Amino acid sequence: MASVAHPRIALRHRLAERGLDRTLLLLIPAIIFVVALFIYPFVYGLQLSFQPQPGSEAVRRYGSGPFADYRDFFADPYLRNTIWTTLKIGLPAALFNVLASVPIAYRMRGRFRGKRTITTILVVPITLGTVLTAEGLLAFMGPAGWLNRVLMDLGVVDHPVRLTHNYWGVLFSLIITGFPFAFLLTLSYLTGIDPTLERAAATLGAGWWQRFRHITLPLLAPGLGITFCLSFVLAFSVFPSAIMVGDPSGQTRVISIAAFHAAFEQYDYPMASAIAMIMGAVELIVIGAVLGWRSRLYRGATGGKG
Amino acid sequence: MSTIPAPKRLTLRPGAWLVWGAVAFFLLILLGVVGAVVVDSFGTKWFDGWLPSGWTSRWYGTTWREFDLGSVLWVTLEVALAVVVVSLLVGVPAAYALARRAFPGKRVLMVAFLLPILIPPITYGVPLATVLYKFHLAGKLTGVILANLVPAVPFVILVMTPFIEQIDPKIESAARMCGASTRVIFTRILGPLLVPGMLAAAILVLVRTVGMFELTFLTAGPDSQTLVVALYYSVSAAGIRAQQEIDAMAVIYTLSMLVLLVAALRFVNPTQLVTQIKETD
Repeated sequence: MASVAHPRIALRHRLAERGLDRTLLLLIPAIIFVVALFIYPFVYGLQLSFQPQPGSEAVRRYGSGPFADYRDFFADPYLRNTIWTTLKIGLPAALFNVLASVPIAYRMRGRFRGKRTITTILVVPITLGTVLTAEGLLAFMGPAGWLNRVLMDLGVVDHPVRLTHNYWGVLFSLIITGFPFAFLLTLSYLTGIDPTLERAAATLGAGWWQRFRHITLPLLAPGLGITFCLSFVLAFSVFPSAIMVGDPSGQTRVISIAAFHAAFEQYDYPMASAIAMIMGAVELIVIGAVLGWRSRLYRGATGGKG
Repeated sequence: MSTIPAPKRLTLRPGAWLVWGAVAFFLLILLGVVGAVVVDSFGTKWFDGWLPSGWTSRWYGTTWREFDLGSVLWVTLEVALAVVVVSLLVGVPAAYALARRAFPGKRVLMVAFLLPILIPPITYGVPLATVLYKFHLAGKLTGVILANLVPAVPFVILVMTPFIEQIDPKIESAARMCGASTRVIFTRILGPLLVPGMLAAAILVLVRTVGMFELTFLTAGPDSQTLVVALYYSVSAAGIRAQQEIDAMAVIYTLSMLVLLVAALRFVNPTQLVTQIKETD
């Protein structure tokens, strides 16, 4: 086969040297899949968002130009404010989940009895899912729920605190479903940091705060950046709980509700696509900012694994 | 590790108590949230007071009949199994190519495979549902399966690529030296080695698909609802149905998820899994 200087074989050899050979054919199903079910719908949605639906509100107000739906979104405070509403819920939830998971994961990074049990219990809320969590919150934190009874019996409050059907209900549901996820990620980053580094610092006389502040935290920071991004993605796309435990027409009218409303109640797919694109853009801006900050941090081989 | 005593003298510091207190508080809230649903589902009436006024299990029977949970569970199973099988068939070969070869454009491809996980389901779910409706696929089982595959295939690739990377390529070369054909290498050498990783990926995809609300919600028709979507509809139609029936349904959902979770944790250590995923980028 190799003895004859056939041009086709020569080409195949040259390609193989650059890593292109028949093994790559295995990628073809996955590539077809991503193009057909992710990239094509995305591009389709993008071009649809520039073709406003005749007869829709946006066209009546701003004509049938390509940007009518976007102009309508940013001009109408009811739509525009969904961005702030979503950020006001998503950012604190993601920030809380990450910050609360650091001390707990730091405490649990070593080996001890029952670690596996605690990790398992903490994974449970991930499987509960948003719908069940919302349902449970309604019963538990509602005006006649156990939480308000305890608070009233303890004399902390004299009438039930309103914790559901408003901002707080959604925030709680995001913390309950999001915290375990952030905790598991943080714990896995922390266990990836070489423990001998801290021991060396302890030998040199560093206290636990100095060890944490100058050794662990700098190595953990890139991982925390990623954890924040993934927590934020989860919190930003809040949808069922914003309807169920929230106040879907006011305080917690998040952007995904606006997109869903446009698509499946007004049947205005161009507007829905425009809202979806704006949603993706806002999310990528936040993630880009965090990842940009992260790229300036130290990412060495000694740990952190970020 | 056994010879060096671990530095464990922080156990009685106030900081430790604070942290354990916070964990206990979180677990207490969690217990309250789950407990309230479970208790209500077994109660006759519960308007005021710490507990329902009487106990019964009849809500499970009525909710099973009225929401036709038998067929809902069957749909859930069909969707989940189809997604698992197809995502493994598409994802594992791609993960093999990505783990074994360095080629121009690999980074772009990795980003394309990562995006469906990084972008929230509603963002691509709305255009995806629009496209699926255009081709008359949405509202049917096919549409639900296709939509759920979008995050599942990248997830399999993400889990399997580091798993395949740690299998020594010399084993394949040795088999080839001994005269094994490509087919034999895949069925007799790689297959058995890949089984643990594929099992882990399959169970995780199963859990994610059963719990996936947004994509199923956007593409499901009346006959293709999975359990979580049926639960959502029953909650938003509250007032027509007794609250206890909805809670009974929620308990059924939780139990099925717990069974899957316990099965998953037998094969996968959650903390290690995340680290493995991380090492790919």
